[in-house]
Amino acid sequence: MTQTPSQTIGPYFAYGLTPQQYGYDHNEICNSRLADASAEGEHIIIKGIVLDGKNQPVNDAMIELWQANSKGEFIQTKKDGFVSFGRCGTGTNHDNQFEFHTIKPSNSEGAPYINVIVFMRGILSHMYTRIYFSDEEQANNADSFLQQIETNRRHTLIANKLPGDDLNVYEFNINMQGQNETVFLDC
Amino acid sequence: MNKRDWKINPLFYPDYKSTVLRTPKQPLIPVKHSLNELTGPAYGTSVIGEFDHDLTKNGIKNSPPLGEKIVVAGKVLDDNGKAIPNTLVEIWQANAAGKYIHKADSHDAPLDPNFFGGGRVLTDKEGNYKFYTIKPGAYPWGNHENAWRPAHIHFSLFGDNICSRLVTQMYFPNDPLFKYDPIYQSVPEHARHLLVSDFSLDLTESGICLGYEFNIVLRGKNSTPFENQ
Repeated sequence: MTQTPSQTIGPYFAYGLTPQQYGYDHNEICNSRLADASAEGEHIIIKGIVLDGKNQPVNDAMIELWQANSKGEFIQTKKDGFVSFGRCGTGTNHDNQFEFHTIKPSNSEGAPYINVIVFMRGILSHMYTRIYFSDEEQANNADSFLQQIETNRRHTLIANKLPGDDLNVYEFNINMQGQNETVFLDC
Repeated sequence: MNKRDWKINPLFYPDYKSTVLRTPKQPLIPVKHSLNELTGPAYGTSVIGEFDHDLTKNGIKNSPPLGEKIVVAGKVLDDNGKAIPNTLVEIWQANAAGKYIHKADSHDAPLDPNFFGGGRVLTDKEGNYKFYTIKPGAYPWGNHENAWRPAHIHFSLFGDNICSRLVTQMYFPNDPLFKYDPIYQSVPEHARHLLVSDFSLDLTESGICLGYEFNIVLRGKNSTPFENQ
């Protein structure tokens, strides 16, 4: 059978898909907190912006994450303070940032990474990418997927750990176009 | 997984002007699937509110919403023809006047205090879903002179894993705006009918609402032998 074609998420998804984040009176199925304080593992924050071809921040994107826990397991319903899926729109933070609270995933087959799905007005189909981590240099260098990506584009898949003592905060910006266009995947 | 059918999903379509600065220009990089991609979120009845399947009720403040009541139903299948049971379908739409409750919608049309416009349902064990709503109105947008979106309902689906994820829009049959709408036109002609619901007397409920059938096909497991070899 032919797959149903994709259509853009459009500018008005928030009250349907991320209602509580945007202050609408409707419960949401998930949010940007994959890990509560009780979750086992290395707690991290991932934040960033989505930039268009003119380097302007996109204020109507929705980002979804899907990732393993610290034991490499995928958790569909929040258990022991962790769930593998999260969502965040870029329209509620004054800098148009998304911000996820999660834990660093584990991956027995290579470098740890998080799957990212990107939706916004102006793309007809969602885009997939991945977040790897700047402080996993050894694992990244040995990872067969990362190594097949051209050297000058590889950095677009790697979240940079920001300096600071208290929390592990990583910055991961998504560039839709331009010199630093993010590597997107035929996933 | 069966491959994503890129023939029906062109990425760049400059008549839809926002694609010009937002669509990636580099080719997509193929990936080998691992457990990371072959798993995905799943939701049960706990996320479904009492009236989430009925948008004519889930936003009521004091009386039923205005507009033409409809029922939309269909089957969620994979591209091997297998029904996908217990999968979450999220929907959102404009009201009968073509106005979204979203704060950023500046169209000069009235909100309906009794219509929210968002809902969700789970498919049953045969992959069937059904929800009640109000037929959304067309609305103008800034893409080009006198641009109006044909009436549509937004759909978001998960399927079996993150690779089967789909966000799409359902249209109504014979809409005169189809030929002027670049979002609809971005899909090659042979696949456009897959986005258009069928009017159905079988689904129509006598004296209550008109029925529309809309089936959705997601990516499924690779049906050819020798996968992973």
